[in-house]
Parts: sequence; C-alpha cells; structure tokens
Amino acid sequence: MSLNDLIFLLPEIILATGASLLLIAPVTGLRDSISAKWAMIALLIITAGSLLACSWAVPGMEQTAGFARMFALDAFSIFFKLLFLFVVAIVVLLSDDFLRESRYSTWEYYSLLGFALCGMMFMASGVHLATIYIGLELLSLSSYILAGYYKNEQKSTEAAMKYFVLGAVSSAILLYGISLIYGVCGTLNLLDIARALSTVVSNDALMFGVILLACGLCFKIAAAPFHVWTPDVYEGAPTPITAFLSTGSKAAAFAIFVRIFYVALPGFHLDWSMVLATVAALSMIVGNLAAITQESVKRLLAYSSIAHAGYVLMGIVAMNVMGLRGVLVYSFVYVFANLGIWSIVLMMKRHEYAGEKVSDFEGLHSRSPFWAFSMFVFLLSLGGIPPTAGFIGKYFLFYAAVQAGFGWLAIIAVLMSAVSMFYYLRIVVAMYLRDGKEADVTASGALKFVAAVCVVATIVFGVVPNDLIDQVSSSAKGLHNKGAVTRNATR
Amino acid sequence: MIPTHYFLILSAVLFSIGVCGVLTRKNGITIFMSIELMVNAVNLTFLAYARQFHQLHGLIFVFFVMAIAAAEAAVGLAIFISLFHHKETIDVDEANLMHW
Repeated sequence: MSLNDLIFLLPEIILATGASLLLIAPVTGLRDSISAKWAMIALLIITAGSLLACSWAVPGMEQTAGFARMFALDAFSIFFKLLFLFVVAIVVLLSDDFLRESRYSTWEYYSLLGFALCGMMFMASGVHLATIYIGLELLSLSSYILAGYYKNEQKSTEAAMKYFVLGAVSSAILLYGISLIYGVCGTLNLLDIARALSTVVSNDALMFGVILLACGLCFKIAAAPFHVWTPDVYEGAPTPITAFLSTGSKAAAFAIFVRIFYVALPGFHLDWSMVLATVAALSMIVGNLAAITQESVKRLLAYSSIAHAGYVLMGIVAMNVMGLRGVLVYSFVYVFANLGIWSIVLMMKRHEYAGEKVSDFEGLHSRSPFWAFSMFVFLLSLGGIPPTAGFIGKYFLFYAAVQAGFGWLAIIAVLMSAVSMFYYLRIVVAMYLRDGKEADVTASGALKFVAAVCVVATIVFGVVPNDLIDQVSSSAKGLHNKGAVTRNATR
Repeated sequence: MIPTHYFLILSAVLFSIGVCGVLTRKNGITIFMSIELMVNAVNLTFLAYARQFHQLHGLIFVFFVMAIAAAEAAVGLAIFISLFHHKETIDVDEANLMHW
C-alpha cells in the first residue's frame, strides 16, 4: 500500500469526515449559522465531484484495485456510487418536512444517512469479502437506528427492534458463510477465490458456505423465505427512511450480490443457480400474492419490493451479459419509480403516519391531476408497462432468463407481473374513479421537485433508453470480462 | 497440535446453540446474547483456519468482526432501551403492533 492508494478512497474519506462533522456540529457554534439540510447536500455534491475526479485520475480501469486489492474503483462501482449519491440526495429532500414536524435532531439524522451512504459506497467498491462485510455492517447499523428514529412512536421502535434482531442474525449467518469459503479457498479476495476454486472440485464445506452466504444476502435484498421483516420495517420506519431502505439499501445489496456471484463464484454456477432460481420464483409469487390484500400503501409497496427482488435475482441466476445489464438497468429505473411513489405518499400526509391507506388516494385526480398522473406513471413503471422505464428493466431480465435456459422462471415472472398490475391498478382506480374526501395535497417545493424529476426520468428513460443502455453496458463490461477470464481459467 | 477440525466442530456446535437461542428465547437481551454467540463461533472458525494456513488475513478479520460486534451491541441495547420505554418489557413477543 502506498499513499497513491488513498486516491481510491478519497470520496469515502471526504464523506466519512463530513458525516463526522455533521455529528459534532450541534455542539459547536455551527448549529445556528447553517441548516443541516444544506450542509448535507453540499457534502453530497463534494463527494460526487471528488468521485468523478478520482475516476478520471485513476487510469486503466481494469487494474483499479487499491489497498492490497481490497477496493476497486471500476466503472461498475462508479455507476452504483453515483446512483447511491442520487438516492441519498433525494432522501434528504424528502426528509425535510418529516424532520421539521417531528422535531428530532436533524444533524444526527443526516450524519447517520451519511454513514449509511459511506457503507453503501464501500459495498459497491469492495472486491474483498472483508471490505464488503464491513460496508454492509456500516449500512445496516445506520439503518437500524434510522428505522427507529421516530422514537416516540411505538411502531417505529418496534420496526427498529425487528430489523435489528433479524438483521444481526442474518449478518452472523453471512459471516459463517464467509468463514467457510475462507476455509476452502484460503483467501478472501474475490478474484483469488475464483482462482482457488478453479482447482477445487465441489465439496460440502464450500456448498454450505455459499448457501449460508446467499441466505445472508437474500435477507438484505428481502427475497422470499427471508422477507418477513420487510413489511413491518417498511411500515414502522419514518417514510423517508422507508424510501431509502427500499431503493438505496436494496441497490447496494444487489451490487454486492452481483459482484460476489459474478466474480468469485462463476465456476460453481451450476451448483447455486437452481437454489437462487427457486428463491427468485418464491419471491415473485409470495410478494405479488401477499400484496393483493394489503390496505396500507406502505405494506403493499413492501410486498411489491419483495417481488422486485425476485425479478432482479433472475438476472443473477442467468449469469450472462444480458442478466448483468438487466440488474443494473433495473436497479436504476426502480430507484426513480419508487422514490417518485414515496414522494407522492409523503404529499398525501395528513397526520403522523402519512396517507398510508389505499383509500387515502381516492379522488386524487380531481384535486391535483398532475400528481395523480405522476403516480400512475410510477405504478406503470413498477408493473413494467412499455412506455415507461420499468419495461426496459424487465425486458433485459426476462430476456436474460430465457437466454440462459430458465424459461420456466421467465414464465412465472410474466404471470406474476400480470398479477402485480392488479394491485397497482387498485391505487389507480382509487385515484381516478372514486370520489375524493376533503383532504388536500400539501406538497412542499422539495416534494414537488422530487416527483417531477422522477416522472420525467421514468418517461424519458422509457422512451429513449439508448443512453442508459450504453452507459450500463460499459459499466457492466469490466465486471463481466473479469468473470469471463476466470471462467475460461476454470475450463 | 490440536487438529483444525476439532475447532470447526466446536464452532459449529456453538453456532447451532446460538441459532437455537435466537429461535426459542423471548427476552430481547437473551436473543442478543445468542447472536453474539453465533458471531463468536464464526470468529473461532476464522481463527482455526488462520492457524491452519499460517495466515494473517483470518486473524485480522476477527478483529474487525469484534469491533463490529461491539458497535452492534451499542445500537442493539439502545433499541431495546427505547422499546422498554414504550412497553415496560423487552419481551419480543410483546412487540406486536404490526403483523400480516
């Protein structure tokens, strides 16, 4: 390790320092002179700028594994890091009203959000199981606290407790998986693991380790047998934090899922693909069927996010170029549709637990047609209907599954997408065909801005997806080449 | 020298005891202790392998895991205290405001 390695970490160093400063700001004189929100947004902009600068400064994207090959600054990680920065910036905008009304300290809140982001960025860049695990824990520990931030509300505390207990158990399981893989391979670096595995025939300890690792990761993305925490945590957590958990934290989990399975374990694809395919099918079925009967919008979206985890898993199971691109495209378009929906839900807010019944959306069209239309677009995007961006994501994933010989999985996915339209349209019917109640939409400028950005992005990326696809292809290239190299070595 | 698989069997047993504790206990603190047992069982696995390979990787990983477990304890106990404020108990079955 040399001082040059520090350039890899510069954005994270800036972010971690900034988050620490936000934490101590209230006890210094800074408290009155600037607002926490703008300090946080400035920090995010500086981090994004330094990230772009570093990515240009680091030449030769393939060998960019600094710190004794623990940390990569490749195109794949930059794609995800910029996505995370965007998500957190949007969450900051969404949090403004919530923090003003609840009167909890804003500084700690933004500081925790900053640390969570730092963890996510380490996850995106980690090419060593130690880096990945520590990033994951930094994200998780910050999320537990944020889920319980509404601490005078019993629901929020309950959500934090459930999230913490189940999250800690799943981390321990994941860790056991890592330790067994270490025992078989003698290394924790993903490329070295792939190299070591090319000489090992499949053995029980390895399979057990991979399955435990997959269990831990499936918990983080909320896939089916490990999904029970999702509805409760999403319902109990403050709505901006729910938005964060369902987009940013999930995308980060997908990033490490893809990195581990595409880079370290491609040689054992046959062994784990059936297991993950079953998990994906189960997630789609359980998530979509359970969402039908939900009355609370937050729970409905929680179940739909379980189903979406299933769709994305198809891309990982498929293990081909299309699948890899599909995961990236889907994470990207899903972020816009979901954040848009949460901003509309926050607009409906009437009392502390905001506009959370499907019936709260009744008559939205007559009161504010534009926001009703935006909500319609977001729901279409989640359902994967053509003129919206969600279709592009689903197209890649379904195509990848068929290409890889998982036709049955694609059929389940298509059927379940049809089921999902049923409950998305329930909200649409409530908005357009039912008579409204007296409650009106109280939208602050920030919420309007977020919803408008998301609706424009959802339509634009749906109509002209070429730029997005080009970008994703170049981001995915590095990762897949690496996978291909190790796979050839296996043969 | 004690063979590595002795340690591995011990750590598998400890991990299983931890899992059983999490599944059967109702007191939040006891559940948390069981989780710590699981994490420490994993630490033992790492140490056993690191000793077998004569490597530092596994040893250093254990330090990270211990630091993270400490941070987890801080967060977890704070959440349980917050729960106690609402419920006057940390029985996890009592936290039943939200279900299906």
